[in-house]
Formats: sequence, structure tokens, C-alpha cells
Amino acid sequence: MSMDYFQYLRKEKMPHIWCPGCGHGTIMKSILRALDKLKWNQNDVVVVSGIGCSSRTPGYLDFNTLHTTHGRALAFATGIKVANPKLHVIVVSGDGDAMAIGGNHFIHACRRNIEITLIVFNNNIYGMTGGQASPTTFTGFKGTTAPYGAIEQPFDVCSMAQAAGATFVARALDLDAVAMDRLIIQAMQNKGFSVVDAWSQCTTYFGRPNKWGDASDMMEHYKALTYNVRLSDKMTEEEKAGKYPVGVLHQATRPEFCAEYDKLIERVRPVEK
Amino acid sequence: MSDEATKPSGTVKFLSGNEACMEGAIAAGCRFFAGYPISPSSEIAEKMSGRLPKLGGKFIQMEDEIASMGAIIGASLAGLKSMTATSGPGFSLMQENIGFAAMAEIPCVVINVMRGGPSTGNPTGPSQSDVQQCRWGTHGDHPAIALSPSTIREVFDTTVACFNFAEMMRTPVVLAMDEITAHMREKIIIPQAAEIAVVNRRKPSLQAGETYYPYEAGEELVPPMMNFGEGARYHVTGLDHDRTGFPSAAAEVQEALHRRLVDKIEKHREKLLLFEHHRTEDAEVLVVAYGSTARSAKRAVEEARAKGIKAGLFRPITLYPIPEKQMEAAAARAKRVVVPEMNLGQYKLEVERILGKGPAITGVNRVNGEPIAPSLILSAILGD
Repeated sequence: MSMDYFQYLRKEKMPHIWCPGCGHGTIMKSILRALDKLKWNQNDVVVVSGIGCSSRTPGYLDFNTLHTTHGRALAFATGIKVANPKLHVIVVSGDGDAMAIGGNHFIHACRRNIEITLIVFNNNIYGMTGGQASPTTFTGFKGTTAPYGAIEQPFDVCSMAQAAGATFVARALDLDAVAMDRLIIQAMQNKGFSVVDAWSQCTTYFGRPNKWGDASDMMEHYKALTYNVRLSDKMTEEEKAGKYPVGVLHQATRPEFCAEYDKLIERVRPVEK
Repeated sequence: MSDEATKPSGTVKFLSGNEACMEGAIAAGCRFFAGYPISPSSEIAEKMSGRLPKLGGKFIQMEDEIASMGAIIGASLAGLKSMTATSGPGFSLMQENIGFAAMAEIPCVVINVMRGGPSTGNPTGPSQSDVQQCRWGTHGDHPAIALSPSTIREVFDTTVACFNFAEMMRTPVVLAMDEITAHMREKIIIPQAAEIAVVNRRKPSLQAGETYYPYEAGEELVPPMMNFGEGARYHVTGLDHDRTGFPSAAAEVQEALHRRLVDKIEKHREKLLLFEHHRTEDAEVLVVAYGSTARSAKRAVEEARAKGIKAGLFRPITLYPIPEKQMEAAAARAKRVVVPEMNLGQYKLEVERILGKGPAITGVNRVNGEPIAPSLILSAILGD
């Protein structure tokens, strides 16, 4: 039975700002399906964002929602979670927001392993500001600030997250919403910092200048650039070269920040007299 | 929980300004601190990291000052009174999110222990060169409340006042201490908890089924505030927004928002003004000074009086909003006004604007990491 999306949406805020063919709506619906499965009380869910196309998501969602400054969503979210650990805190961010201006907050949230789920709406471009190259723009691809093709190397969001200490790391494609649902649920259930690198096609500013066609053509391109991590063992290094794995890429158990802080309080708080 | 951990002791202590600041914050109900190490403010973070967990409060050392400011806004929105402490370079980094707190009306307190600047400047020397940054540091028209204490007891009291003003006005409040006040040690009698007036944020009184409009400010111009997680499920943004909290591109909505943010401070201005008159009733030479410089100024005024000169001191403790009428009253008989400050004349600009072309206004300025000695101010009073 299909769920009723409208119980989680602020209907009066529709239509959304995203372009036809954009993958952000698919990711937003996947987040809602995940939350519906988890049955969390809407009053206990906080959705935080920074600046960019992805960061308009919270405005459409009927939870406690916070639209912060560019790149800083994780800093605000950290304050919320530490102040009230009972709240379920989800951060939605873009590739520029999370990996460029917010890169420092990204690695430190991973390091702290604070129980927050970060969904990076990764479309390899700055969409809101008009198609400038981002830290995940593939080398050689065009943006309005890389008219001859990017000469820099892109960040791999998942490798960064794993190296910095996140305890659940996954990559999902918007063309496989069923898998995305499963990965986001797992991320939200993780008792630690979780990162889902959710790929989304920007038809307007990434597809068009790079001649990647319309939304469905772009999905084919992304499909060709990726492989299912579960097939990794059966693939040769040559087959995997230059491609990105999709699925659960890293899981670990490490102490979680808020739980550790609670232990600290227990340890140093004066005994009742 | 033991009384010792929760309440100021009421006993005599010998504290630095940074330590007194921590005691004041705890007494005001601060239960969240996020910060990043920087001289000469670091002792505040160090003391908070020791005290807060004993009270069940939270301390977190963030990756930078930008994150510290973001974290205290988030924590305040989640219901805890929150603060950070920093100095010039960190204060510069915090400015964007200070603007967010002003725009989204999230109460919080920023302690800025002023050192020499610009840039890395003089990390361990005193300065008062962030005064205009306290007023105009973040971009856009915006409200500003900033206090500057002179004594260790006053650090305690003004820190409490910062939290009270932040909660009353729903805006970030800055305590601008200079390095002398932060590191000097003095005897302080910390008042009993019962003697300390603590203000908490005003909550909306909603009837069953009534919609909460998070930015419906009413006649007070300050909207009542529900915390995240209390059931209201509202939206907070740094974009121009209407009473629902959602972005609005309507010209009349934007105009009304920006005017209200500034007007709310004006409406409640008198409640925010802390100041001291010292021998100003008949003062023909008025000194306007704040922070540690005001201590030198008071001494200079006494020495001038001993020489038969009718000198007086007006000391704004609230730097912003400026106690304008009170300053005018202090200068009623003044032929000359002296404004000593450890910068190149930042508050003198304000004094000139307020007192106009009446008295002759001279600055005594020092930007070399040395305090302004009473003798320098006395020379200016004498007109040497």
C-alpha cells in the first residue's frame, strides 16, 4: 500500500523550486518513505539544511525545520543534537554546501561520530547560483566557472566520510529509489554519524553544458559511472577503474558523541546528598 | 544535586574576568557552550568545560568559530541558553552566523575579549578596537546589543545581563571585554542565586488548536518562542520571512521585518541601558570612557577635581544601544569632552554624533598594547 506523502509535506509550499528532471524530489520522497518506515514522531524530527537547491528541502517538510547559512548546517545540527539528544536530526546538503564551504564541518562531524544523518544531494554542480564547478565536478567536465572543463580532481564523498570516521557510509542513485530507501533507513538507524551520498541529476546546469542529454539520459550516464558494491568481488580492477561503487560502503562501531557526553556527566556530576 | 554545583557560592572569591564571566553565565542559566581556543578568551572555554557537565550542561569544542556560532544557535533553538567566547579573529569569523541569529531571532550570547587587531594583531595585549564591529560586524541593517564591563563583579553582572537581554529581545548579545578586564584578578562577592534576576524566553500562550506563528511579534515587537521539539513544527530561515517563518519576497513583508528587528531594540531601549555617572552633575570637562579605560578615567577625574577642575565621568556599560539621553545629560554643562579608548576613536564617533557641535571633543587613543594611564587622560582633561 502506498504511503500518504502529504502527512509529511507542507502542501501550501508547493510547487517546489526544482527544475523539471531534477533528482532532488526523488531523494526527498525517499527520505519521507524512510521516516514513514521508522515511525518517528514528527515533533521529534529536525531537518536542517544550508544553502543551495537541496537546502530548500526542509521548507517543504512538516517537521522542525531549519534553513541555515551556507555550509554550516552540520554546525547548527550539532548544537541541536547535543542540546537535546532525543531529537532525530537529519541534515540535507548539496555537494558544494557539504564538501566545499562546509568541508571542515563535514570531516569533524564524521570524527565526532555524532548521531546525525547527512544526505548529500550530489549533482556535481552549484545549481542555485547558476552552474559553477563544485568539489564533485568530474575532471574535464564543464561548469560556468570551468568553461574549458574542470582541471581539478573531485572529492569522493564516501571515501572522505569513511576516512574521517563516519560509522555508516553509503552511495545511492536517484534512478534506484528502492535501494535509496533502504540505504537511508539504515543511515537513520545507525547510532552514529551517517553519510548518504545521494546522486541526483542537474539537467539544467550539469546535463546541458556537458551534453549529457535529458534526465533519463543523465541517469544512464550515472549508471555507467557506477557499479553495485555487492558485485565488487566478481569484477576486475579494470572493470572498476574510474567508477564509483553504490550501496553500503562502510559500517563501523565507534563511541557516539552524545552517549559519551552522557557518560561524562554521570562520571563528574556531584552525588546527591 | 548539590548547592555548590548549581548556585554561586555567595562567598568572597578572587577571580579573573574570564572566570567571573563563566560564573555569571552559569548563574544566568547557560547550559550550552561551544567554542574554539583563542587568546585571550580561552579560560572561559576551559572553565565551562569543567563546570557544565557537573550541572548536566553541555560543552563542545568545535572545529572553528564559524561552527561555534552555528552550534550555539542550534542549541538555543533546542532550548538551552547558549554562549560562545572568542577574540578578534574569531569574532570576525562569527559574524555571518551572528547575522543569522539576529535575523532568525535566536537568543544567544557572544563573549568577545578584545585584543589588538586587525588580523592576528596583538593576541595578548589589551584593546577596545572591536567596538564598531560589535555594532556593525555582520552585513545588512540589524539590531545590536553590546555591553562592556570595567570590574570583575561587573563582568559577572553584565554576563547575566547579556543572557537576560538575549532572552528578552530574542537577539544575539555581545559582551565586549578588553584583555585587561578579562585577565585582571579582583575580589568579588558572588551574589546568592536568589538575588540574581534571571529572565527566560517568553513562551506563546496558545489555545487548543490555535496555530503558532513563530514570528508574530505583537505589540512588544518580540515574538514569543517555542523550542524545537516542543510540538510546533515551524520553519526557521535566514531569508527574509513572514510571520509564519517561511521565506517571502513580498516587499511589504521584507520592509516590515527589517524595521521590526531594529525597532524592537528601540522600543525596549531604556531596559537595556546600563551606565554610570561619576561626578557629572556639575562637570565642565566630561570624560566618556568604558571598560578598563574607565578605571583610569575615574582616577584622572579625581586628580583633576583635586586640582579644582570640575571633571566628571560618564561610563556607558551598555555600549549599544547607546545611552544617548544619559550621555547628553552628563554633558549638559560640559565645555569639553574627552574620550579615551584603546582604539583610534571608534566610540568617539558616537559621542560626536550625540553631543554634536556643543563641546569640544578630544580623543585619547592608544593602539600599542598598553593600557591608557590616568596621567594621559588627566593631561587631556587639563587641556595640556
